[in-house]
Amino acid sequence: MHMADALLSPTVGGALWAGTLGTIIYCARKLKEKMDEKMIPLMGVLGAFIFAGQMINFTIPGTGSSGHIGGGMLLAILLGPYAAFLVIASVLMVQALFFADGGLLALGANIWNLGIYPCFIAYPLIYRTIVRQKMSHRKITIATILSVVIGLQLGALSVVLETKMSGITELPFSTFLLLMQPIHLAIGLIEGFVTAGIVIYVKTLRPDIVDDLEGVKALSSGGSLKKVLVVMAVLAVITGGAFSWFASTHPDGLEWSIEKIYGKPEIPEKENPIKENLSKLQGKTALLPDYSLPSKGKEEANPSWPAVDPGTSLSGLIGGIMVLVLIVIFGIAVKYMRKYKEKT
Amino acid sequence: MEYFNIGYLDTLSYKDTFVHRLDPRIKILVSFIFILFVVSFPKYEIAGLMPFFIYPVFLLTAGDIPLRAIAKKVLFISPFALFIGIFNPLLDTDVILTPFGISVTGGWISFFSIIVKFILTVSTALLLIAVTSFLGICEGLERLKFPRLLVIQLLFLYRYLFVLLEEALRILRAREARSFGKRGKEIKTFIRLISILLMRTVERAERIYQAMLSRGFRGEIRVLKRHSLRPRDILFALLSVMIFYVLRNYDIVSFIGETLRRSFS
Repeated sequence: MHMADALLSPTVGGALWAGTLGTIIYCARKLKEKMDEKMIPLMGVLGAFIFAGQMINFTIPGTGSSGHIGGGMLLAILLGPYAAFLVIASVLMVQALFFADGGLLALGANIWNLGIYPCFIAYPLIYRTIVRQKMSHRKITIATILSVVIGLQLGALSVVLETKMSGITELPFSTFLLLMQPIHLAIGLIEGFVTAGIVIYVKTLRPDIVDDLEGVKALSSGGSLKKVLVVMAVLAVITGGAFSWFASTHPDGLEWSIEKIYGKPEIPEKENPIKENLSKLQGKTALLPDYSLPSKGKEEANPSWPAVDPGTSLSGLIGGIMVLVLIVIFGIAVKYMRKYKEKT
Repeated sequence: MEYFNIGYLDTLSYKDTFVHRLDPRIKILVSFIFILFVVSFPKYEIAGLMPFFIYPVFLLTAGDIPLRAIAKKVLFISPFALFIGIFNPLLDTDVILTPFGISVTGGWISFFSIIVKFILTVSTALLLIAVTSFLGICEGLERLKFPRLLVIQLLFLYRYLFVLLEEALRILRAREARSFGKRGKEIKTFIRLISILLMRTVERAERIYQAMLSRGFRGEIRVLKRHSLRPRDILFALLSVMIFYVLRNYDIVSFIGETLRRSFS
């Protein structure tokens, strides 16, 4: 469920990067305050463990296909929320750079979707509350499955909201939701079961590892600040969302004023440069092109793409091909120049 | 498996070309700005995105990166964008263009727009690492004032990635050697295998910590700074951003197309 750059608008992507970056800085500060030095290599190696662990696959019961772990909640349980968030962020960064899973702008959204919910919602509110008094195997199992499921559901919901707010997909909100949530419920149940198994197995074989880790993470149990952080983070996303809502109303106003002047929502063909600039401006500000309620009807009444004129589109086609040819020539030229320079 | 290829992109980054020598900070920032420009196009735009291929093509050719290495990865990855995008042609069926009598719906145009944006952004991300190296990126992030703890985390992760991948491969080989067909891949076995890998990992971390202590670790790790900002870095950044701005705000594609069309008719 990695988000991709191509599905994001700059505002949504930027807002999520801001929220993610803020959380990273907050976590780093929080850890720096009172950190066991031992944690530094441990965190790093556990990040590598997530990669290595994903190579070992298993058969998903009932389907015959194979899966691997995600590991976000496992990290939160082993390391506590602050360290776990940094490890998740680093894992996703390596994935974004080496496998281009998603891309650089979507990286903020991905860290948010896969990091915030397990670390700062599922772990403190669900896992900790259930396991607090007594750490029996049953309680660990229930707590782990529940928190993985909820973490993943929130993550999937975020993906839907982010894509919808960016206004790239035509999928209706409800269909998109129905597509994403059940799949991630199934994934969550399996991941939760596996994660619980790992935690229990490690605890029985080497209790000192789990206990030791728990001693380290005890420092991260401060409650009130966590709530502040969650509130701040939610606010950041809402602000981002609200901003793109407002931004989308802007071009309507512009169109409206053009309509007043020309009697049509668009400037006549002759005054091409102005129209060009205005439609560009609309393109830049229309972050939610048709995210209003009756989407079909509205689209017919108010086409969001100005170039319906076949002549303009033909020149777009010719121009596009020409530009690509020029870029290929440019590439060959650069290559040739570099080789020539090396020889001399 | 694609994980085996993780070192390949990094080996490409040991070359010594103009783009390899640029300051990593500049490359990170310019690439990020590039992606922002690309995704800022409205959803029915295809032609306007074409000139933006110039940036990845420049990194590719000036950095002497084999096209195949990047193209293969771009083709392989992230079906998510395509999966979401493919619904557009099905749902948005308003015909908005009829070139040569073929009716094209808005959905197909927005779908292709997603694909073009996808190729642009993904290839840029891959090329960034191929012309910068992972250590370079870490240095750049550190000097862009990312939290040091995160940078150290990235360095550790990368350093032990290959060690742990080999460990996982040994476990996989052992499982293969002891099981027929689909057996041995049950969840129960999987939990034990991965728990063992986890325990070995934690024990390794303990050994690493001892080793660090015996080499004088005092809670601080220094990151080597190899690059410094030179005039050419700043020139590259300014020029790139200026070109992106011009390409975004002036419809060069239509202009070229219009001129060509006029000159032929």
